[in-house]
Amino acid sequence: MTPGGGSGPMKDCEYSQISTHSSSSPMESPHKKKKSVPKRKWEVFPGRNKFFCNGRIMMARQTGVFYLTLVLILVTSGLFFAFDCPYLSEKITPAIPAIGGILFFFVMGTLLRTSFSDPGVLPRATPDEAADLERQIDIANGCSSGGYRPPPRTKEVIINGQTVKLKYCFTCKIFRPPRASHCSLCDNCVERFDHHCPWVGNCVGKRNYRFFYMFILSLSFLTVFIFAFVITHVILRSQQIGFLNALKDSPASVLEAVVCFFSVWSIVGLSGFHTYLISSNQTTNEDIKGSWSNKRGKENYNPYSYGNIFTNCCAALCGPLSPSLIDRRGFIQPDTPQLAGPSNGITMYGATQSQSNMCDQDQCIQSTKFVLQAAATPLLQSEPSITSEELPLPGKTSLSGPCATLTLGQPTPPSSMPNLTSDSGLTDIIPLKEEHEGHQFLTPEEAPSPPGLLPSGSPIAHSRTMHVLSLASQDSLHEDSVRGLVKLSSV
Amino acid sequence: MPRSRGCRPRLTLCPQVHSLQELRRSASLATKVFVQRDYSDGTTCQFQTKFPPELESRIERQLFEETVKTLNGFYAEAEKIGGSSYLEGCLACATAYFIFLCMETHYEKVLKKISKYIQDQNEKIYAPRGLLLTDPLERGMRVIEISIYEDRCSSGSSSSGSSSSSSGGGGGGAGGR
Repeated sequence: MTPGGGSGPMKDCEYSQISTHSSSSPMESPHKKKKSVPKRKWEVFPGRNKFFCNGRIMMARQTGVFYLTLVLILVTSGLFFAFDCPYLSEKITPAIPAIGGILFFFVMGTLLRTSFSDPGVLPRATPDEAADLERQIDIANGCSSGGYRPPPRTKEVIINGQTVKLKYCFTCKIFRPPRASHCSLCDNCVERFDHHCPWVGNCVGKRNYRFFYMFILSLSFLTVFIFAFVITHVILRSQQIGFLNALKDSPASVLEAVVCFFSVWSIVGLSGFHTYLISSNQTTNEDIKGSWSNKRGKENYNPYSYGNIFTNCCAALCGPLSPSLIDRRGFIQPDTPQLAGPSNGITMYGATQSQSNMCDQDQCIQSTKFVLQAAATPLLQSEPSITSEELPLPGKTSLSGPCATLTLGQPTPPSSMPNLTSDSGLTDIIPLKEEHEGHQFLTPEEAPSPPGLLPSGSPIAHSRTMHVLSLASQDSLHEDSVRGLVKLSSV
Repeated sequence: MPRSRGCRPRLTLCPQVHSLQELRRSASLATKVFVQRDYSDGTTCQFQTKFPPELESRIERQLFEETVKTLNGFYAEAEKIGGSSYLEGCLACATAYFIFLCMETHYEKVLKKISKYIQDQNEKIYAPRGLLLTDPLERGMRVIEISIYEDRCSSGSSSSGSSSSSSGGGGGGAGGR
């Protein structure tokens, strides 16, 4: 696409766009060798995603924990249907397997929907659009500041009377729309970014939030349902043949009860937390950062809320479902290189590909570091897990940020980068976390560690690479606050 | 080989109507104007109706504003929260969202209307003036992209000698600053 895009205008002696010229870098050509088969856009998608079924299914790169979720749900419900349901339907009512079946069907449907759909990824800017933005930024800088001040790559907009800062995304070359955030794991800007959930193996954003919510809600019902009836089963049997014989007769029930007992708290807590978020029309991201909390100032309020709980819930769960903005299955048009990673951006540093390699390398180094770190530090400490989760971000940005600015010739101090790119700076999160813990009076052994969320899965999680663990720890952050909620409600 | 191939499809991107193709073939792309989103009412998709000065000599202000306002109206219709959207949402939820495998959402229907409208506007209003609208959906709903074309004969002679060097220099200058 780009060799043509670059040379086309030249040959015709047209006015050449700034960007099309520089994007005709030679490293593009190996990409384009096979031109016989038209490529679909997902094949050149710049983010770190996995695609299946010719682009129909889209997931994050690391999907290990997703399979764990899948196995846990399948095994537990499978055991329930195989060993408990025959007895229960005979002794109590056949409605039990029927209701269980419906719940199971719903849980699987919503889980797969959450995991396999596009969370609301914003396509990266076309070279033209990026060049235009660059020009606007230049104009803004030119008038306001002289000297070597770093360009303020933020834009302020007023939304329903509340000033909101839009940050510039150096990877996607756009000003992120309000509520959007760049997912460091998938390397995409996601609209109405909630969080990256390793359990479902995808980001949770504008397009799959309702699926995610219905998933955790129905899963909490399913877990409670299975737990309750497994206990009933054991009690009924032990009345007949004694407790120990009952356990001997249905050993599967014990396993189910254990899995359900440990997972029910985090799942119910999580759905409670998300119910609260939905009713106030917030995202996990905003809640963790405290974007709209009163502590930031009396005038601070959530500009997206409709003002009443009922409307907020309806809008989040039954509002119109926005379309996918990345045309994954579309064919690449020779003229629209916006989805082809290497060709976007204005002054395309020809090193994008090698740069992405470097990113991968960097991550490798990072993840091995985490393994060492994890070996050295006890898992109880949750703060290292946050840092390990946040670390790849500045590392990555310092790679791409200064790289871009070097070629741009802008003396941007890297110190400004993490602020711009990592939405929730460490300084933001850690105090907040401490505050949370202060609230809850967590004793050390209660302090949540990521594998503790679903203990039955922890051996597997341990054996996974540390990278996955650091993934898992991302969820642990909001699980912490969830746990706080659970704790509060139980007190 | 890839070079000579590359320049042809560039002129005939998305297969549309004849007049548009002719526009692409006979004229050269001079510049692009971007109409940004208007976030003042929240995250619903709305575009700024401010008239870009680059179009001053090309199109009447009213025509342009009407187009943008119509588009905004379409998007507002697509994202309207009301009885029908609740019904759709609840129905989808009741089927564990499997219904979306075989049903088109209201939003998608409106999007089709929008692309038809844009094509229509391009044919009737924009192409004769050497302009071309791009469907915002193709640009991630961030911008309305308006391409400004210029007659090749006028621009070709004036810039043929210096285009390669000047565009390179200009690119470095404008992009690098």
